[in-house]
Amino acid sequence: MTSTQTVLTGELRAVTRPHRFMARHASWIPVFAAVGILVAMVVGAQLYFGKFLTPRLVSSILLDNSYLLILAVGMTFVILTGGIDLSVGAVMSFTGMMGASLLRQGLPSSVVAPTMLATGAVIGLGVGVLVQYFDVQPFIASLAGMFLARGLGFVVSLNSIKVTDPPILWLQGTRLQAGSGWYITPTGIIALLVVLVGAGLLAYTRFGRTVYAVGGNEQSARLMGLPVARTKLLAYVVSGTCAGLAGVIFTAYTGAAYPLNGIGTELDTIAAVVIGGTLLTGGSGFVVGSMIGVFVYGMIKTIINFLGVDQSWTRITIGALLLLFVVVQRLIVARSARRR
Amino acid sequence: MKHRLFWPVVVLLALILVNTLSRPSFVSITVQDGRLYGSLIDILRNSAPLMLVALGMTLVIATRGIDLSVGAVMAVSGAVALQIIQDSGDAANPSVLAVAIGAGVLAGLVCGLWNGFLIAVLGIQPIIATLVLMLAGRGIALLITRGFITTINSDPYKFMAQGYVVGLPFAFYVSLAAIAIVAVIERRTALGVLTEAVGINPEASRLAGVRARGIIWGAYAASGLLAGFAGLLYSSNIMAADANAAGLYIELDAILAVVLGGTSLAGGTFSLAGTVVGVFTIQTLKSTITFLGVPPAVTPVFMAAVVVLVVLIQSSRFRRWVGRLGGRLSARSAQPVERTEVAS
Repeated sequence: MTSTQTVLTGELRAVTRPHRFMARHASWIPVFAAVGILVAMVVGAQLYFGKFLTPRLVSSILLDNSYLLILAVGMTFVILTGGIDLSVGAVMSFTGMMGASLLRQGLPSSVVAPTMLATGAVIGLGVGVLVQYFDVQPFIASLAGMFLARGLGFVVSLNSIKVTDPPILWLQGTRLQAGSGWYITPTGIIALLVVLVGAGLLAYTRFGRTVYAVGGNEQSARLMGLPVARTKLLAYVVSGTCAGLAGVIFTAYTGAAYPLNGIGTELDTIAAVVIGGTLLTGGSGFVVGSMIGVFVYGMIKTIINFLGVDQSWTRITIGALLLLFVVVQRLIVARSARRR
Repeated sequence: MKHRLFWPVVVLLALILVNTLSRPSFVSITVQDGRLYGSLIDILRNSAPLMLVALGMTLVIATRGIDLSVGAVMAVSGAVALQIIQDSGDAANPSVLAVAIGAGVLAGLVCGLWNGFLIAVLGIQPIIATLVLMLAGRGIALLITRGFITTINSDPYKFMAQGYVVGLPFAFYVSLAAIAIVAVIERRTALGVLTEAVGINPEASRLAGVRARGIIWGAYAASGLLAGFAGLLYSSNIMAADANAAGLYIELDAILAVVLGGTSLAGGTFSLAGTVVGVFTIQTLKSTITFLGVPPAVTPVFMAAVVVLVVLIQSSRFRRWVGRLGGRLSARSAQPVERTEVAS
């Protein structure tokens, strides 16, 4: 009898193992899909162009998109709670303007950079308070934040402000070489650190697990006694702080601040996060996925540069990819719902 | 007081009052060559594209959706129409104009049908489904105009946004017609009620025999169609198809107008009259800001203030909070006079 049982369970296990793997790691599947697309794009480009994948090019993708990577990490937190943050592009632009103006007045960058981060955090907190305490929809609340930051950027100055502060320019100008063309700038290191910290926060802290719980089902999370209000507020603060940090990085990247910087960046960020496999309904997704999403975005831009066609194709391709991913996610969700 | 249009109308009247007090010329309307001129007439004329877009947005929001792509759709329809006119080389030919206008409107309708397909048939979240077109639409418009800003010189086309009929701007008649048509279709047939039913509970209304899918699809198609018209008006106003600037941020203005008019973003009950009031409020606000000598670029700060104010007024929790505060104040004033003095 024991032997038949073992045989049975053995058989069962054999049948269900791939299924069980799928079920247990269902939320990773979109991330794998994003990795697959990234690899396919790289291989395709390599075959088409011949000399595509050089260390210099791979390094430049991180360099050119480090601000987007930071924004995407913050956005992941908000989307995981089931919200959305439209203010990130404008906050990045405004903190950049503010920082550049403060630097011009002679303040040291060791004071200015934390101020920029704090400003972003405060705007994020404002959005979070509207969402959490006044039941304003995240879309509208962050829209107000976006309008506010965009307008305040123009209040600082209508023209672009050049940044000459050495420490800020050092962030971008220093290229840490690592043989045969590989290089990384301090901005890239900061972005990767943000990814690391974000992933760690989500995976290993009480706050991170609560973020998933709130996004999965806010009502249940509340009934479980989890600090829902505090967690949602914090998610927006994280996003705002990331936007402030992105302001520092973007200022270093362009060497100047301009109030029209970052228009439409919030859409690029959301697209990158969704392509990276985070469900917009909340509760499922990973910071690492968002990083892959940003790389997909950067790769599309690079390939379109290589092809030499009109840059408007970038937006069209991003739109098409976004659609593809949303449909795929929709199928996955529908399938798991049916199984339940 | 309890009428739901009360607050939107009060806000609009207050804005007009402030304007009139700070510059009495605001309400004055002069007649020149049988045409009316003045700030109020400008508001009527300039609000036409926003009016069309906001009407469509009202229907979409009533189904518990949102349409972020309207600005991009405007860019596409303007680009299609102007490119046809430019390529024909005969900008005054009525048949060319008719084809161009028809094609522009059709482009808008196709965009709307596409959104509706993604949302009603594939079941994708509205915010994301329309985000796809919002991202891709401007790219498509740029492809149509081949990366340039297409400019044309055609008096009949110019007439749409800048012409006058019986003393009033033609664009105003366009928005009037749109309001009338949408109101008749939605309110003189059962469609409006069915739309509200779908917005309140799609599943329940489907079980009750309402064809929810068709109604949602139709709402997005209508929004696309109206955005198509708006794109034509916009391009006629500047006589150019600028794929990057056409309808930039108009989706936000439109959503704001709908919310200002008292339609909840949660779907269900909607108010077309409220949207009309909301559109005029936003247009008046913009003209106020310009008049105050604030650089147009700083306008968003005021918009942010208005958005926050409006959503706070609509938030039941905020109203309860204010009510409690008011209650506490009145309780305190009911107490003996000395206590009040100490407290203050």
